[in-house]
Amino acid sequence: MLDFPRWKRLTIFIGIGIMIALSIPSFFPQHMRDQWPRWVPKPAINLGLDLAGGSYLLLEGDTSGVAGAKLEQMKEQVRGEMRRDPRIDIGDISVQGGKVGFMVRDPSKVDAAREKLLAITGSGAGTTGQREWDIAVVDTSRFQLTPTEAGLNLKVDEAMNDAREIVDKRINALGTLEPTVIREGGSRIVVQVPGLQDPSALKKLLGKTAKLEFKLVDTSVTPQAIATGQVPPGSQVLPYQEGGGQIAVFRTAMITGDMLVDAKQDYDPQTGQPRVTLQLNGAGSKRFAKVTQENSGKPFAIIVDNTVISAPNINEPILGGSATISGGFTVESANELAIALRSGKLPIELKVVSENTVSPELGADSIKAGITASIIAIVAVIAFMILTYGRFGIYATLAVTINVLIILAVMGMLNATLTLPGIAGFVLTIGTAVDANVLINERIREERRRGRSVTQAIEFGYKEASRTIFEANVTHAIAGLIMLILGSGPIRGFAVVLLIGIASSVFTAVVFTRMMVSIWVRRNRPTEIHI
Amino acid sequence: MRLLKIVPDNTNIGFVRIRHIAFALTALLTVAALALVFARGLNMGVDFVGGVSIEEKFASPPPLDEVRSTINGLGFGETTLQQLGSNNTVTVRLPLPESTEKDAVNKMVETVKAALAAKFPGATFSNYSTVSGKVSDELIFNGVLAVFLAIIGIAIFSWLRYEWQFGISTAVAIIHDVLMALGFFALTQFVFDLNIVAAVLTIIGYSINDKMVIDDRIRENMRKYRKMGMSELIDLSVNETLPRTVMTSVTIMLALAALLIWGGHVLRGFTAAMMLGIVVGTYSSIYVSSSLLITLGLKPGFREDKPDRSVAAGAERVGPREG
Repeated sequence: MLDFPRWKRLTIFIGIGIMIALSIPSFFPQHMRDQWPRWVPKPAINLGLDLAGGSYLLLEGDTSGVAGAKLEQMKEQVRGEMRRDPRIDIGDISVQGGKVGFMVRDPSKVDAAREKLLAITGSGAGTTGQREWDIAVVDTSRFQLTPTEAGLNLKVDEAMNDAREIVDKRINALGTLEPTVIREGGSRIVVQVPGLQDPSALKKLLGKTAKLEFKLVDTSVTPQAIATGQVPPGSQVLPYQEGGGQIAVFRTAMITGDMLVDAKQDYDPQTGQPRVTLQLNGAGSKRFAKVTQENSGKPFAIIVDNTVISAPNINEPILGGSATISGGFTVESANELAIALRSGKLPIELKVVSENTVSPELGADSIKAGITASIIAIVAVIAFMILTYGRFGIYATLAVTINVLIILAVMGMLNATLTLPGIAGFVLTIGTAVDANVLINERIREERRRGRSVTQAIEFGYKEASRTIFEANVTHAIAGLIMLILGSGPIRGFAVVLLIGIASSVFTAVVFTRMMVSIWVRRNRPTEIHI
Repeated sequence: MRLLKIVPDNTNIGFVRIRHIAFALTALLTVAALALVFARGLNMGVDFVGGVSIEEKFASPPPLDEVRSTINGLGFGETTLQQLGSNNTVTVRLPLPESTEKDAVNKMVETVKAALAAKFPGATFSNYSTVSGKVSDELIFNGVLAVFLAIIGIAIFSWLRYEWQFGISTAVAIIHDVLMALGFFALTQFVFDLNIVAAVLTIIGYSINDKMVIDDRIRENMRKYRKMGMSELIDLSVNETLPRTVMTSVTIMLALAALLIWGGHVLRGFTAAMMLGIVVGTYSSIYVSSSLLITLGLKPGFREDKPDRSVAAGAERVGPREG
């Protein structure tokens, strides 16, 4: 047990040396690390928002909207496909109860229609090969298309991926923040913005779907009809922003957000009011020119998220593909809208389901208090260990210190985030690391008491205690693994630190101290030990 | 230099003798803890019940009644206040706003902040969080599930590896520790939030470690002294590991005491829970899990056919080398 060949000692020392070196960056703040030369590896632990201050938002996508959109999309697809084939005559296509339904007028054409449907409903969803739609025929000629679970999940997944990217873009557009935007589970997005104190602007920005539409105003509808909602089937009633009443517009959108190439906030040269200027792409520009030519003198509604922002009259044809939206904006709200439009439409409506904002002062207080307390705790533990175990206490102290540095290094390399629960894991790990050393030293004491020689007592002490340490830590690791797999957020943060700590504390207590003791025993050949 | 020795050599305390009394005490405390949890309830943080929590730092300790009346006057519903740290910091908890408007929560937080700043000059906001009911339900479920499965996992592992009695006794002891921790939070009405879940996990972790050390010694002695009675054997094992138990818990207590005194208010509930956990975990190693082994009928030499599969078993074959 006490036999350590030179190569083994070297490996252990070099390994520990590397780990200590890798833990160093974590002791320096970000802005100092940034100034280091590029070739210096600088793995560092991120501080969680509870320690560093900042905003945490948990957004949830409204998946019911995704199903609705998928149904509407299919309805359009069916209409287009069936219209293309003159032999197949179908009735109205309805979207009802989560199904797209339509009737084939001539029952003999059911098979032909099915062929067409098979082609447009896709061969399979994702890699699993499950179909995206179930096709059923009821009452001999009525088709019902139901999106399958797999098809919906695929759609939600796509939508959430897109949404994540758009959220990321929008927050980055706000400027100097360094957000983390990650997906969590099926329909959630976690947004963490260190340093942000007031997330209300951010929330407003993320709450916008930013679906932009230009629709012509239906001037034939009287105010009474708007109030009662009795409008022609081709029109709809939409609200004006901020209690400005309602207006009737034609359902067909002339210009949509996907025709946009840019949107920015600027000022109206005449009034000096903030406004949003849009630049349309080629197709959009042509369309816009055509519509404005044909409808000169009529009002044109600019609609964002089904709310009419403004409905100015078309004074002259607009040919350059550039449009402006003005309507009682402040600089902030115009900027927000511009960012939202520029980053694209969210494919799914996002709701804030949980949020947490910690002021940097509180975070700093926590860290300061944590550091003070840790230093006092470390000094107390070291003093106690050395008073109790003498030389072996020094080894134990070294082992526990190295253990802490290794955990920091590994967490840095994993780019892990240290949160309060993580600190709990840390405390527990240090506790078990101390315990491992105590187990060994107590066992050596015990073996000495039983009358074994110095070398034998050390030998035996390590052997028996190592077994106990292994047993305890394996069990502990099982608990840690289960928490890592099943737990969410904080429980995970705790488990990660715990698992790293278990591995490194076993190494430092069992291997490192044993090596130190063996070097000392070889050099001095003690006949008596103080332990 | 004379080294410190807390537990004298060859200490032999008859722990097992009073195990019936201890059982009664354990049962009593467990019932008390359960009763407290059900009667008084836990002071659940917004993480678990949903709602809005705003933390304000005042220039000097504010009169809580005035703070309460200021906030209740805003018409957001019943507020719960809690003083933290040096009593300068107050947590204001409110139910989620009824309005489903998107920035209803923001408006509420802003209104409360403004009202407090107007009434108490020098008050600054330090932290706020909101959790919707759905998310909080999930958090409870996930937390409980993770803890529960971790306990089951440990029990199964102990059972497969050794005798089934170890699995059951460890699981029972850990459940006991968790109940004690919950009882503590019901009694003190410290806010029970996600960070405290981490504290409970730490208690479980420490407790597992402690039980494994004693269990390991019991197994070692079961192989060594095949004729010894189980009570004596457990007494022997507990006494043999007593120096380690005391040494480790004193060391950790030292560290935790430092955190409790100087660690700031965010960590306070957490640290208190862990200190309690160490006492409870150490107690339950002796009087719940070890004593339960006797009740469950474990005997030295029980299932002798079970091969020695302990991790370091092979190490014995390495011959000692005098260095």
